[in-house]
Amino acid sequence: MSTLEVKNLHVKAKEEKKEILTGVNLKMSTGEIHAIMGPNGTGKSTLSESIMGNPNYEILEGDILINGQSIVGLPVDQRARAGLFLAMQYPAEIPGITNAEFIRAAINSRRSEDDQMSIPEFLQKLDRTLKTLDMTEEMSERYLNEGFSGGEKKRNEILQLMMIEPKFAILDEIDSGLDIDALKVVSRGVNEMRGPEFGSLIITHYQRLLNYIKPDVVHVMMGGKIVKSGDADLAVKLEDEGYAGLRDELGLDVKLVDEE
Amino acid sequence: MTNTVPEVGGEYKYGFKDDIEPIYTTGEGLTEEIVREISAAKNEPQWMLDFRLKSYEIYKKLPMPKFGPDLSGIDLDKINYFRRDSDKVARSWNDVPEDIKKTFDRLGVPQAEREYLAGSSAQYESEVVYHNMQKQFEKTGIVFMDTDSAVQKYPELVKKYFGKLVPPSDNKLAALNSAVWSGGTFIYVPKGVKVTTPIQSYFRINAGNSGQFERTLIIVDEGASVNYVEGCTAPNYSQDSLHAAVVEVNVLPNAYCRYTTIQNWSDNVYSLETKRAQALENSTMEWVDGNLGSKVTMKYPSVYLDGQGARGTMLSIAFAGKDIRSDTGARMIHHAKNTSSSIVSKSLCKDGGSVDYRGEVRFDRPSDGSFAHVECDTIIMDEKSTSDTIPFNEILNGNVSMEHEAKVSKISEEQLYYLMSRGISEEKATEMIIMGFVEPFTKELPMEYAVELNRLINYQMEGSVG
Repeated sequence: MSTLEVKNLHVKAKEEKKEILTGVNLKMSTGEIHAIMGPNGTGKSTLSESIMGNPNYEILEGDILINGQSIVGLPVDQRARAGLFLAMQYPAEIPGITNAEFIRAAINSRRSEDDQMSIPEFLQKLDRTLKTLDMTEEMSERYLNEGFSGGEKKRNEILQLMMIEPKFAILDEIDSGLDIDALKVVSRGVNEMRGPEFGSLIITHYQRLLNYIKPDVVHVMMGGKIVKSGDADLAVKLEDEGYAGLRDELGLDVKLVDEE
Repeated sequence: MTNTVPEVGGEYKYGFKDDIEPIYTTGEGLTEEIVREISAAKNEPQWMLDFRLKSYEIYKKLPMPKFGPDLSGIDLDKINYFRRDSDKVARSWNDVPEDIKKTFDRLGVPQAEREYLAGSSAQYESEVVYHNMQKQFEKTGIVFMDTDSAVQKYPELVKKYFGKLVPPSDNKLAALNSAVWSGGTFIYVPKGVKVTTPIQSYFRINAGNSGQFERTLIIVDEGASVNYVEGCTAPNYSQDSLHAAVVEVNVLPNAYCRYTTIQNWSDNVYSLETKRAQALENSTMEWVDGNLGSKVTMKYPSVYLDGQGARGTMLSIAFAGKDIRSDTGARMIHHAKNTSSSIVSKSLCKDGGSVDYRGEVRFDRPSDGSFAHVECDTIIMDEKSTSDTIPFNEILNGNVSMEHEAKVSKISEEQLYYLMSRGISEEKATEMIIMGFVEPFTKELPMEYAVELNRLINYQMEGSVG
């Protein structure tokens, strides 16, 4: 079992003054699925990017630990090799590199020089995973995310997740822009990963995704920190009452940016 | 240019040199006497001597190019214009003088020929020392030989085409080449004959202070096709060498020619070339041009689209590292109806290198319905390096269309972050982005060249992160 812990995390964007995260605390273990919900502009994506190590964010205070070891000083590639994965909201497009080439390089970056995954072994696993995600073989030969539709990009993030098999996967609004069929496919992929050696932190606006991936714990973020945690029922309650209802119930002085 | 050279040192791996005493040399500098000597040494007919002498007069009158890189470091009086290292062109590697053969062995040339070429030739300094064509291709009537031999054996063909696309008056370096030219490749592909397997020539400069002035003439007759590949290397010397080639390619109606160059000169070579093709009715001329190394490279291969429906393309990469000035591009001259052209230029620079794109697209009056596409992508890898895009478009016909895109960027932070977020190291991620950037080029190369080019770029990239 591994743990991921965020302690009193304060973060701002590199070029800005304003603190976005104002003291986030979170602890999870492999075998668990946590969901973070919250209105727009409340710092959910900043939290996921900060955990992953996006250089555009600056940690002012606090710590992030994997198995009790701080990873705050580590560059993003080392964090990834330590077991973190971030399914991004806006994955980069990289022409000239095929999807398959890229995924194989990612897998092999975790292995020693004399233990690289062979091409047949890789292709077997790739074929299997593509099937699970209703993706065609052709997708793996296309250039990385280049010209992919929004839905294809999301699926491709889950494909990478399943191929790389990280300890902790953060899914940053993996449901945004997905139709119901694609949502089911993406959920199937994540559910297939469920197990004692895998944990996931799912960031979403909507409860809908959580109908397909049942979380063990639900956290609500507002104004840059987690304001309430509970079980899966909390998400249902939020769906009924809205964030404004919860804010007022908790007596918070938080301005909601918008509710789409 | 194959993947067979074993050692990958910390330095330019083709930089070794051999102590080979020339059989014959004209010594330093150039006079009319030397021009006559070169011609006499080759036992040339009078018309070629006359052409040389006329060119020499033009050469004396023309100034050096006034645009682009600084060429003041070239001392034309110090150059050795002609040296002969072997007294015959061998048809078997066993007959090539041992020392020279060793050089080409180290470059992997004989092995490449066995493995994947229809024909191969090797030029050492001024002259071709080896050439061979596989029997099955020879039977089709293709002529593939060094240009010196072609003057003797096919004087009518040579006379008809030599110096027509690139006249001596074109520029000073072309005039110089016309006066002192030696070696180079001559290819004639008869009507309807299609050669899909590449034919290769390998050009090697070995001595310092020397000039290589090869002259290549290709004629692809009606409906024929050919795929020609050339590679170039030289040793590292403190004295500079000059490579001033002239290439003329005649693509007759409905014919196809692809001309691929991978130039990887050492950092003491000035490479100033004039390459020009004429594409007649419904024919296609494709330049694929890779430039790594050298001290200065100036090269703007062109296609004169003189026949209706002719097509011309240029796909190039240029990589300028430390102390390298690369000024390359292409010219597409639309001179007939419904012609089309495409220029895709990829440039990279680092460690203070400078890489410029300089190109011209011209639509002459009779170019109704023609189309041109120009795309220039550059990655500048550090603050010390520079790049400029200098396009020149001239449009004399209202019924044409033209697209131009230019993009200069650094290695994208966003792409780097994305790759690294999957566990890939910064170094490997940078390499992947660069390889992806040049992929449209490498995928057009014969496999062995692609492998080699990737390796070379990797090698140039070493130490670029950290």
